Amino acid sequence: MIEGARWKKWVWFYLPLGAFILGLLFPFYWMAVTTLRPDIELYRPWNSPLYKPFWTSQPTLEHIKNLLYETLFGQWMWNTMLIAALATIISLFCGVLAGYALARLRFRFAGSLGTVIFITYLVPQTLLFIPLADIIRDYRLGDTPWALVLTYPTFLIPFCTWLMMGYFKTIPKELEECARIDGASRWQAMVYIILPIALPGILSAGIFAFTLSWNEFIYALVFLSSPEEKTVPVGVVSELIRGDVFFWGPLMAGALIGSIPVAIVYSFFVEHYVAGMTGSVKG
Amino acid sequence: MAKVLLKDLNKSYDGNVHAVKNVNLEIHDHEFVVLVGPSGCGKTTTLRMVAGLEDITSGQVSIDGKVVNDLAPMDRDIAMVFQNYALYPHMSVYDNMAFGLRMRKFEKPDIEKRVKQAADILGIQPLLARRPRQLSGGQRQRVALGRAIVRNPRVFLFDEPLSNLDAALRVQMRVELKRLHDRLETTAIYVTHDQVEAMTLGDRVVVMKDGVVKQEGAPLELYERPTNRFVAGFIGSPAMNFITVRIAEGEGGLWAEAPGLRVRVPPHKTEALRRHTGQSVVMGLRPEALHPANGATEYSFDANVEVVEPLGSEILLDVRVGDAPVVAKMEPSMRVAAHDKVRLAFDPMRVHFFDAESEAAI
Repeated sequence: MIEGARWKKWVWFYLPLGAFILGLLFPFYWMAVTTLRPDIELYRPWNSPLYKPFWTSQPTLEHIKNLLYETLFGQWMWNTMLIAALATIISLFCGVLAGYALARLRFRFAGSLGTVIFITYLVPQTLLFIPLADIIRDYRLGDTPWALVLTYPTFLIPFCTWLMMGYFKTIPKELEECARIDGASRWQAMVYIILPIALPGILSAGIFAFTLSWNEFIYALVFLSSPEEKTVPVGVVSELIRGDVFFWGPLMAGALIGSIPVAIVYSFFVEHYVAGMTGSVKG
Repeated sequence: MAKVLLKDLNKSYDGNVHAVKNVNLEIHDHEFVVLVGPSGCGKTTTLRMVAGLEDITSGQVSIDGKVVNDLAPMDRDIAMVFQNYALYPHMSVYDNMAFGLRMRKFEKPDIEKRVKQAADILGIQPLLARRPRQLSGGQRQRVALGRAIVRNPRVFLFDEPLSNLDAALRVQMRVELKRLHDRLETTAIYVTHDQVEAMTLGDRVVVMKDGVVKQEGAPLELYERPTNRFVAGFIGSPAMNFITVRIAEGEGGLWAEAPGLRVRVPPHKTEALRRHTGQSVVMGLRPEALHPANGATEYSFDANVEVVEPLGSEILLDVRVGDAPVVAKMEPSMRVAAHDKVRLAFDPMRVHFFDAESEAAI
């Protein structure tokens, strides 16, 4: 490619790129800085002689200590992890099978069924939680992890199904036909040939599903009430905002530590994840 | 080793697209049969019905006398080579070839022996540990063949296996396929749209169009005695020339007349063409049946040269006879230039006539 003048590259490439990076990373930076600021800099900073708006010269671990020892944060982390993992496993299992069926099996209404599943994904959670709350109460699941493990799939399964359907469609169907001629049943062809090839897609769907359940707020807020049953997003908000008092330090510490597992999951699978997005299989 | 029988085979999709119409075909033991035709002619659908990958709308497929319509692909004891090779990308070459044997519960030493043997035949032993993406097109093709031959199936099915290769490699693999078939003698059905492949590989060639078998026979039989205009035009390269002529009674027999052309109907065709006297028919002349005329014989005509294509081993002349375009294949020694006038003669034994309506040979 012919680049043209140097300044053009700066104006059209580096500058917008820098703005993007700044815009995306600044909240995380602010989270980290707020976590480490002493209370005196957080409230009435004009009284603090050493106050710098974007920096702190007196970092403290006080808020993290407070979060870990004064609240049930550890319990919330464990709850969130368990719920997200179980919901992801259930949704992946159903999504992979449904996606395969919709992409590969020729049956009546396969196309319209796919659309209907997609539409269910579009129903906003802020509406869906009302009937779901009724169901949760009828089955006496309120205030247990199962309330979320069983309701998260309502939006995760359509999501995984659609992602996997798209991925399965990129895998040449000759591979499967060849396996079936080679002596595999439809099930064996799926298990030995299609699923291993679809692994990047399955991982992407899994990461997305895990992140969506990790971050989920409204169901967790409505279906859980005891502090020891809460997930991180709900626990941090409901226990660290008391009345109109915001405990900014522990709040930000909670947000920071709460986002670490997701960041690890992302970076761990990033290669597969990218492959899943581009979704190319070359025979 | 098996005999394959297709009886009144039909395939229609959703009741409206009729892809394969009443195909009847008997494929003998050890025979190499090629289905050839333009795209959309139903050849691949027919093959897929034999493989069991496509439901049969009506009719029967039987292998060795046993109707297999309702058998799953795995139970038909066939092997298929696909156009895109369909190698399993996550497995090594060895595992690709062993997969079918493992599925069929062969013993491990037996699997190893068979894979080694097949790899020997195809010259791919050094590649056994590699993944498909590390192979060239020709090597992938060999692995796909290897995967088919390890099982020693009753029938081989080939679905345009060479069309993803470049021209030089295609010629080489064509020869190898032929050699492989001579050695293994397994019954084979081969689908291609390339008539050269069909002619060189097939013991018997089946020409299809619009879901119908137009003609079947040995390659040279199709070339020399096409039963209809489609086969005449499809087999042979460059394609046969067609000129619409009127049959007229004249001095001492019948004459075929068109603007700028008046030639005698050869004696062996006179009887059949007599009832077409006064009507239009289509005359077919192969480019290689034409040669420069020595004087004005009854089997020659004048032509205006439009384009000269010297190919080295031969010269192709694109000429115009009246207003009909004609291609003629000439000796390379011929000296001729565009816009020249030449007189071309044809071998009276190699002229074809087709009914203008039904397109059947007369």
